[in-house]
Amino acid sequence: MPAYLKLDHLDKSFIRGGQTTEVLKDISLTIDQGEFVSIIGHSGCGKSTLLNLIAGLTQVTAGAVLLENREVNAPGPERAVVFQNHSLLPWLTVYENVKLAVEKVFSGKKSRAERHDWIMANLDLVQMGHARDKRPSEISGGMKQRVGIARALAMEPKILLLDEPFGALDALTRAHLQDSVMDIHARLKNTMIMITHDVDEAVLLSDRIVMMTNGPAARIGEVLTVDLPRPRKRLDLVSDSRYIAAREAVLRFLYERHRLVEAA
Amino acid sequence: MAVPVQKTDNVTSLPGPKASAKAAEIVALPTRKSDGKGKKILDQLKGIAATTVPPLLVLGVLLLVWQIGFAQPGASLPAPSVIWAEAKDLILDPFFVMGPQDIGLGLRVLTSLERVAIGFGLAAVVGVLLGALVGQSVWATRGLDPIFQVLRTVPPLAWLPISLAAFRDANPSAIFVIFITAIWPIIINTAVGIRNIPQDYRNVAQVLRLNTFEFFFKIMVPSAAPYIFTGLRIGIGLSWLAIVAAEMLTGGVGIGFFIWDAWNSSKLSDIIVALLYIGVVGFALDRLVAAIGNLVTRGTSAS
Ligand SMILES: Nc1ncnc2c1ncn2[C@@H]1O[C@H](COP(=O)(O)OP(=O)(O)OP(=O)(O)O)[C@@H](O)[C@H]1O
Ligand SMILES: [Mg+2]
Repeated sequence: MPAYLKLDHLDKSFIRGGQTTEVLKDISLTIDQGEFVSIIGHSGCGKSTLLNLIAGLTQVTAGAVLLENREVNAPGPERAVVFQNHSLLPWLTVYENVKLAVEKVFSGKKSRAERHDWIMANLDLVQMGHARDKRPSEISGGMKQRVGIARALAMEPKILLLDEPFGALDALTRAHLQDSVMDIHARLKNTMIMITHDVDEAVLLSDRIVMMTNGPAARIGEVLTVDLPRPRKRLDLVSDSRYIAAREAVLRFLYERHRLVEAA
Repeated sequence: MAVPVQKTDNVTSLPGPKASAKAAEIVALPTRKSDGKGKKILDQLKGIAATTVPPLLVLGVLLLVWQIGFAQPGASLPAPSVIWAEAKDLILDPFFVMGPQDIGLGLRVLTSLERVAIGFGLAAVVGVLLGALVGQSVWATRGLDPIFQVLRTVPPLAWLPISLAAFRDANPSAIFVIFITAIWPIIINTAVGIRNIPQDYRNVAQVLRLNTFEFFFKIMVPSAAPYIFTGLRIGIGLSWLAIVAAEMLTGGVGIGFFIWDAWNSSKLSDIIVALLYIGVVGFALDRLVAAIGNLVTRGTSAS
């Protein structure tokens, strides 16, 4: 069986003013349908760049991204993105933000009433139905991030791409949203790729953790399979030896073998 | 990442109405519950008084000084009492019609406003479209921006001879002068607004595969709305400046020609009354555009 999503020898360099910066070098990875994969690495190594390549928001320099054996090189709603800073449109209400996506994706396929129900279903999925008429400036950071997730899910994407979705949130809200995402993943069984800085988050949520070396010309250093049964409960895992081992492996990778060298 | 933003003196971020709204808020004193309704109404009256009494007071003092300064016979300008005596009907009845050329100032202002509405309306539509083009494309910016920067400094009246030659008629010429005067700040501010659209919004649009048309109406215009309205507000002010000057030369029944006509028949009192009308209408136009801008951009500025 061919891979669901295949990153085939991706290179990415940026050229500006005659200067070439090699950001990613020879990235190869295959991801199965329904898999939850985290990408972890030090700041600036090229995680967002990699996610943008998969999303089609930036073009590969060499290699190819293949989804179900078809090359993708432009963005599209089947690869929905939850952006690092929510990216809700501030002049639209919560409802209208999701509506913008739903109208575009389902304009010919669902009736007006069905679209409304679908918007509300997605808002309810992230427990934001009650705030449907609020504007982004009137809700908290965690709520904005949830609406961002609802908007992405409402596109019924094949792959959900999350760029540090909880990076700007406090620990409690973060834990709460991590549980929501696990819950959604269990229910919808869609493929998710998430960038994170947080080792615990990566181990808790992922089937596999992709660890990246430091840039420039970052590569995939190691891929760790997290062999923990689902559903996972954060409290039960604290003392689980497999959890502790996975956590240690990631920490060792990040802080022993690929410490961020300031001079680089 | 960010395209360098052209700094121009036209680019300000609509501070006017917000600042004054703040000032008004401060004036509204907090009401204490125990004092009930009477106190509340009293406080509101106080608030209104605090904003209206000082300008009225200053106006009164100015009129007084003016009256004293120009009261003696043979003064170069008429004193307020003389103006009142000579031009009372102009002040009190803006909408009289005594003949084709003898109509109230309100009606004259309306004819001028009609020209402004057409010229400014065209400038708004064309300006926003051109501004969007210039803001979107690096090459359009490079090619057009220097030209715009030069043309925008041309005074309104300098366009008049050319437009008279081109249109061979007074009315379209006046409208063209309005158009060409108002359009530059609209183009330039719109372009800056478009250039400042966050990459995030563009990414959202790309993921959703919005087409050019949808992108323009759903992302560009709302996102750049604060800038667009800054441009529109400068534009309407310039329009009003230009219409009066243009009408002086093209004739017709507008307020501008009225001033010219009054000057030729040495009716200084009429001119002063007309100035008053122009000032009040210009002020109202500015406030109108600002208010619409505030209404439209409610959600845009905060995120
Ligand atoms: N458009 C661009 N032009 C030039 N260089 C870029 C561009 N985008 C990213 N880079 C460079 O690529 C490298 C990786 O950036 P990227 O944003 O992918 O890092 P990251 O791993 O997501 O970092 P963080 O964890 O801080 O978000 C950086 O060194 C950055 O300077
Ligand atoms: Mg990043």
